[in-house]
This record gives sequence, C-alpha cells and structure tokens, in this order.
Amino acid sequence: MKMHLDEKIWLFLSFGMIMGFMIFTGYQAVALGMGPPSHKETIDPRNVDQTAPFDKPGIKQIGENEYEVVMTLQVFSFTPMEIEVPAGSTVHFTLTSKDVVHGFQVANTNINAMVMPGHIQKISQKFEEPGEYLVLCNEYCGAGHQAMSTKIIVK
Amino acid sequence: MQPALKTTSIKQKTTQVLGISLEDARISKSYLSVAFIALLLGGLLGLLQGLNRAGVLQLPPWLNYYQVLTAHGILLVVVLSAFFTIGYFYAGLSHTLGGLLPKVRKMAWIGFWMKIFGFVLVVIPILRNEASVMYTFYPPMAASPMFYFGLVFIVLGVWMLSFGAFTQVANWRRNHKGEHLPILAFFATGVFVLLVGATAFVAVEVIFMIIPWTLGWVDGINVLLARTLFWAFGHTAVNIWYLTAVSAWYVVVPKIIGGTRWNDLLTRMVVIPLVIMNITGGFHHQIIDPGISESIKYMHVFMSLAIGFPSLMTAYAMFRVFERTARAKGGKGLVGWYKKMPWGDVRFLAPFIAMVAFIPAGAGGIVQSTNQLDQVVHNTMWVVGHFHLTLGMSVVMTFFGISYWLVPYLSKRVLTPAMNRLGVIQTVIWTIGMVIMAISMHIVGLFGSPRRTSFTTYGDFAEKLGWNPYMALVGIGATLLLLAVILQVYAVFNLMFFAPKGTTEFPIAEEEAGAEKTPYWTERWGIWVVLMLLVVSMAYVLPIVDMILNAPPGSPPFKTW
Repeated sequence: MKMHLDEKIWLFLSFGMIMGFMIFTGYQAVALGMGPPSHKETIDPRNVDQTAPFDKPGIKQIGENEYEVVMTLQVFSFTPMEIEVPAGSTVHFTLTSKDVVHGFQVANTNINAMVMPGHIQKISQKFEEPGEYLVLCNEYCGAGHQAMSTKIIVK
Repeated sequence: MQPALKTTSIKQKTTQVLGISLEDARISKSYLSVAFIALLLGGLLGLLQGLNRAGVLQLPPWLNYYQVLTAHGILLVVVLSAFFTIGYFYAGLSHTLGGLLPKVRKMAWIGFWMKIFGFVLVVIPILRNEASVMYTFYPPMAASPMFYFGLVFIVLGVWMLSFGAFTQVANWRRNHKGEHLPILAFFATGVFVLLVGATAFVAVEVIFMIIPWTLGWVDGINVLLARTLFWAFGHTAVNIWYLTAVSAWYVVVPKIIGGTRWNDLLTRMVVIPLVIMNITGGFHHQIIDPGISESIKYMHVFMSLAIGFPSLMTAYAMFRVFERTARAKGGKGLVGWYKKMPWGDVRFLAPFIAMVAFIPAGAGGIVQSTNQLDQVVHNTMWVVGHFHLTLGMSVVMTFFGISYWLVPYLSKRVLTPAMNRLGVIQTVIWTIGMVIMAISMHIVGLFGSPRRTSFTTYGDFAEKLGWNPYMALVGIGATLLLLAVILQVYAVFNLMFFAPKGTTEFPIAEEEAGAEKTPYWTERWGIWVVLMLLVVSMAYVLPIVDMILNAPPGSPPFKTW
C-alpha cells in the first residue's frame, strides 16, 4: 500500500500528539502528585453516622495552615454546611455519601470529585485568595439537586 | 455452490438497478419514521430545558426539569440514534448484499417491535415521574422496575437486529468466498459487533444487578460496579453512532461530490481499530471516581486516547478526498480548490459541516479523557457542550444529510431543488443554533456551571461567577435548534410520502481507478472480535475483580425525586 508523504507526516504528528498527552498526564499524575481523586477506602453506607470519622463531621486544624474537613453529603445538603479557613491554608476533604451518588465541586478551584455511597473520597486544595467559594453538587441526585450547595469562606 | 452464487449475484444486480424491494424499504422506512418522531419530541423537550436554564421558563410539577431531561436523553441518544443507524444500515445491507433474506426481514421486524415495546415500558414510568433517573440511571437511585424491564426489551431488540445483520453478512460471504465484503456492509458489521459488545455490559448491569435489587430480592447493590458496567455501554453507544456517521463520510460523501472513495485498505483499517478499542474508552467517565486506583485510571487514559488515532486518520482522508475531487474538476491553488465543492447540495453540505465540527469536538474529547483536565470540567456544562458537538453536530448532521437521499431512495421519490433548498436552510439554522449553544456550554462549564441541574442562582453565585449570559445563549441556541428540527422532520415525511415519484440512487463511491487490491486479511472478523475481547479483558478484568472483592456493603434503593 502506498501512502503519501504528507499522510505519513500527519499520522506521525497525530501519534506524537497522543503520546504527548500521555506523557504530560503521566508526569503530572506521578511526578507532581496531581493524580485524580482516587481514594480506595470503603464504608458501610447505611451506618455512616456511626462510623469514624463521619460520626463527627466538621473542620479540624491539623497543622499550621492545614485543616481537615470531614464531610457527609446527603440529599440535598453538605454536613458541615459552613466552612471558614484563613487565606493560604490547605484543606484536606474526607467525603462520603449517605444515600445516592453526589458530586463535590468548588467553583474557581480544581476541586471536583465523585462522592459515592460505600466509598470514602479524599481531595485537597490550597486556598490562596480570600473570598467566598461556591460548593455545589454536580451529579444529579434528585428533585432538589439544584439547591444542593454551600460555601467556603476564605478570610 | 455455483448456482447459489449466480442467483445471489443476479439478485444483487437487480436490487442495484431496480432499487430496493418494497419489503426491505418498509423496514428502513419504519425505523427512520420512529427516529425522526423521536427527534421532534426530543428537540421539543430540549427547548424546554434550554429555556428553563436560561431562567425564562418555569416547568410545572407534573413535567419537571429532570423528567424532561431523562426523556430528552433517552429519545435522542437511544431512540433517534439507534433507529436511524439500524434503518440506514439495513437499507445499506439490502442494497449492497442483494436484498435482505426473508428470515433477516423477519428478525428486523421482531427486533423493531421488541424495541418499541421496550420504549413504551421505559416511557410510562418517566411520564409518571417514577423514573427521573436520567439516561445513565446510576444506582442507588432506583426507578420503577418497569423502566428496567423496558431496557431489557430494548437490548434484546438490538441483539435480534445484530444477529439479523450477521446472518445476512454470513450468507453473502458463504456465496462470495474470497471476496471482500462491500465497504458499507463492512462498516455495518463493525457497528453491529460493537452494539452486541456494548449492550452486553448494560444487560449484565440491568438483569443481574438492578432488577433483582429493585424487586427486593437482594437488599444492596454495588454502586461502583454498576457505574462501570454502564459506561462500558454508554460511551461505546455514542461511538457507534459516530462510526455510523463515519461510514457515510467514507462511502457516500465522495460519490455525492463526484469523486472516488479513499483507499479501501486504509478505510477498513479505520473500522477495525475502532471496533477493537472502542469499549474500553468508557472508563474515562470515571476518572474522578473513588475506588479505582490511579494506575488503572492512567491505563484507561491511554485506552481512550488510542481511539483518537483512527479519527485523525479519517480527518486526513476526508480532506484529501475533497481536494483530489475538486482538483480533478479544475480546482486550483493551495486552498482555492474548495470553490469546486457542491456547497448548495444539502447531501454534501450537512455532512461536511458535521466533519468540520468533529475537529473541535474530537480535540475536546482528547482534552477530557486526560486525568487532570477532566477534573476541571467533569460534570460541568463543558461536557454537555462536548456531546452536543459530537452527537448534535458530527453525528446528527450526517444523519440529516443522509436522510435527503436515503428517504427518497426508500420511497422511490426524488429530492426536488425546492426541498434541497429547504435542506440547506435547515442545515444553516441547525449549525448556527448548535454553534451558539455548544460554545456557550463549553465556556460556562469552564467557569464551573454544573450539568443536569435545573435553573438555580446558588444565592447570587451564578451572577457573580458570570454564568447567566451564557445560559441565556443556550436558550437562544435551543430555540433555533427546534426550528431546524421542525424543518428536518417536515422534510423527512415529505420525502417519504409526498415528494414527486422517481428514482433516487443509493450513492456508493467506487474505488479510485487502478487502486491496489486490498489484502484479504481485513475480512478476518473472527480475529477482530477475539482481539476486541482481549482488549476488553485487559481493561476490565482487573478493576472489576477489585470492585467485587473489595466491595463495600451494598446500597439500598432510593427514590430522591
């Protein structure tokens, strides 16, 4: 089969582009630790309230400028509802759902994770800029899905 | 052997000269009618959603946003696409393989009624607000069991049609030993192989996991496993509709512009990897799921991106065919040759715009399948913009372009210049509407606006984050789209029942003169299917075993709407 030279060049570039995406993705995920939220712990979805750490959802300072937020998601709210941290702090979220699949997204940040019943999800973010951040559920979860939101206040 | 061969090839010739038999035409016309009625209803519901999200329409409680959205998704992603694909390929099989065998016709009708029965079972609970679970129906949201039984009948119908197609193809191959399957039938084989492969996953999810659970026989469900099985189907399904469109790009469009087909071997080499590597693409819908390790996710980035390669081959092939044809007609200059293309012919214009749309659509797809970039846009309006480009433009506009010759071919009527003009206007309106809508969806998605969410201000955040103007544009796009839908549906039924009688050809481009003979190994479908199964096992065995062994206690059913 004869192929035109320009087709060979095009296919070579195509292959190179796909490999480039692979290499960048791999480099960011492995070397820079920017892999997607993939926590593997599980939990009994019917006993979330009795299982540590979700028996005491809330915010806790765990270091200088470092906070841990233990949060449950349920139709159609987040517990705890209001979170306040000083600017420049890193927040580690530990999340699970008490009912259906929810999404945990904070607008204007890279926080975006699926939160599923039976699974514990973790995601971290450093909040540099002071202000109010919208937290919303981005997975359809029922009639009140559009009302499922809260905010993070960074002072 | 010899007499059988003679009769089929004589039959093949008569079909090609006299046009499709009435019985075969009736099958395809029925499928296309259902497809375009689904387009009308789905488009109307799309307008309701667009206006709701633009903030100008409040939906009543008896027809709420999530009911409308569930129906919109199912009507357009499952009904329109599947019925069109089947109607088109059955006509193609009839045309290129010498008419459908009587038993294949029977299978096509059984499949048709199974699918219709399934859809009735699916639609009733949606209308009664007992199945507002979206096209993805993620457990532990649980719809009425009737919804899932409906899905089972739809899948059984698809299998019936696939086996009908395989029977037809196998019969042809038996009578044409050593010959290459005609190219359109080759695409059809790939499409039906993928349909069986993809629906097998969702069948396991629905039959073995969801139905026993909604009936209360088991009290918990593995949420992650169900999602995984769904996406092995869900993503493949949309790629099947895309492969259907691609078949027309390679086989039909070159004929319409008066040219010859792209290299036969390279064409078949696009179909084969799309079949082998397709099903594993589904995992990229789960890049930010818990319970799947980063290394598995990384492997799946590779598997998803690999499907991009045949599409990049297609991009080259199409523009090369255009240029070659235009230059043969006297087109000159580095880009001046484009003037020689038949821009006023809707049968070319619509699929051409569809192809152009696939450039940003495919690029967006590559972006979305990479881990970190996906995390930025996952479940935002960006994704909705993406699949309105891929499905709403690349696939559906190709289907529209096909309808302007396929419907008159089936009904033994002709496309009049007036109807062609209407088609061009329809194409332009649809393009403008879709471009406005898809661009605004992509932008507002980058700003964080979530998908599948009815109108909400989030306090004053929607305003502060600058979402509102883009949502208004989505509403405007949806309005234009409905206008184009009405024109399109009018055109289809006019061409089916009222256009002037006459002969319309089934446009299939020939190979270039003096083209090299394609080697026979392309026809080894057994090997392609085995390779497909190998790639699927490579992708899925490890994570699925992990999901089963390390499963949390199951979730009970919830009705949260």
